[in-house]
Amino acid sequence: MMKKIVILGGGVGGTVVANQVARAMTTEMKSGAIAVTVITESTQHIYQPMFLYLAFDRVVPAEAKKPERELLDRHIKIVTGIADRIDPESKQVRMTDGTAVPYDYLVIATGSRPAPEQVAGLSEGGHMFYTEESALKLRQALHDFHGGRIVITVGVPHKCPVAPLEFTFMVQEWAQSQGIADQTEIVYTYPIGRLHSLEPVAQWAEPVFAARHIEPHIFFNPELVDPVKKTITSLEGEVLDYDLLVAIPPHMGQDVIGRSGLGDAGQWIPTHRTSLQMEGSEDVFVLGDATNLPISKAGSTAHFEADVVASNLVNLLQGGLGSMRYDGKVFCFIETGLTKATYITFDYVHPPKPTEPTEMIHMFKLAYNRLYWLTPAGLL
Amino acid sequence: MVDNVKIVDARGSFCPGPLMELIKGIRQEPVGTVLEVWSSDAGSAKDIPEWVKRAGQELVSSEQEVDVFKIRVKKIK
Repeated sequence: MMKKIVILGGGVGGTVVANQVARAMTTEMKSGAIAVTVITESTQHIYQPMFLYLAFDRVVPAEAKKPERELLDRHIKIVTGIADRIDPESKQVRMTDGTAVPYDYLVIATGSRPAPEQVAGLSEGGHMFYTEESALKLRQALHDFHGGRIVITVGVPHKCPVAPLEFTFMVQEWAQSQGIADQTEIVYTYPIGRLHSLEPVAQWAEPVFAARHIEPHIFFNPELVDPVKKTITSLEGEVLDYDLLVAIPPHMGQDVIGRSGLGDAGQWIPTHRTSLQMEGSEDVFVLGDATNLPISKAGSTAHFEADVVASNLVNLLQGGLGSMRYDGKVFCFIETGLTKATYITFDYVHPPKPTEPTEMIHMFKLAYNRLYWLTPAGLL
Repeated sequence: MVDNVKIVDARGSFCPGPLMELIKGIRQEPVGTVLEVWSSDAGSAKDIPEWVKRAGQELVSSEQEVDVFKIRVKKIK
């Protein structure tokens, strides 16, 4: 009898799982013993880190996307549409068009979405770079900016924990490159009591902020934006003026998780931290931003988790016990401006140790932006 | 007697870290919820109470059980 593996989500995590399973089980897929289906809302696969560079006019939107079909093994079926409900009882994903996709194993890789609406006035008064549309608006705002006070603010939880620092360093060097550094103030806010959640990164950033005259405000959780007066107020009661407000917005899990009753109040799915099984389930796996795990919401997290989920799926389909475990591994490049970068790697047990930024790491990051397409293809 | 305690298991969380996980919980949950943060980072016993005070929330308790710090915070506004 055919075993059906369904992957909900065509981002990096879902695509890696699909391709790795397909590659390991080509014979079974050809014979009809196994079917792999990816359900995705868009025919395009988006490489979201490009949006940071898009805001600075370093790349154009076409460089951030490719057709998902081209990235997937040809034996994998794609269903393009919106999932309405996941039903673990009847083991199917019901689509908004009334069709249903049954599964034996389900992988939920639905990611997260920016939720600027959670901060009153932020959508009207602030910018972000987490979608193509918003990054293009920010690109225009930066193009039209000729000096003033740029405030960077950070919602919780958010995707890509190094983005606040990266944008700050990049916009500071961008102002220099535009010849407007003398007329520009850069103000950085952060939700907790240091410059970054990772203590070694925060310690490293402190002297860099001082040297670049970046003004830090810690314990600042955005609560209210007044787009007319151009002020932002924190939950802790501090008020800052801005001329240009750039937010790392708070994020939420996808609405299909809420509709299915599978998530917590933020629509994050309770997930076992090492097996990556949905709590209370043996045939549903969750990876990437969709989980409630206390780890970075980042493409690399989804990628490392996808390796574990794919290995376990293949093992289970071959009669094994699926006992590979995820160790919490995360890897992030950190752009420290427009010409240098560093990187960090850590897991549940080992803290990160940032190294001195170099031009070489920056060049490698730019190269990876082009090599990225090998990752969802399951090759890198 | 607390009848609505949400566990925030942030053990092994270097990033976003236990305090950021607590802020996420405070943002998501309704007023009256008690969140119990589990942290393997000794720094949490200091930085969580500091933020709770600044944010005007209520620190209910702070205990250490072997190498896990358990800090309870009530969302009061």
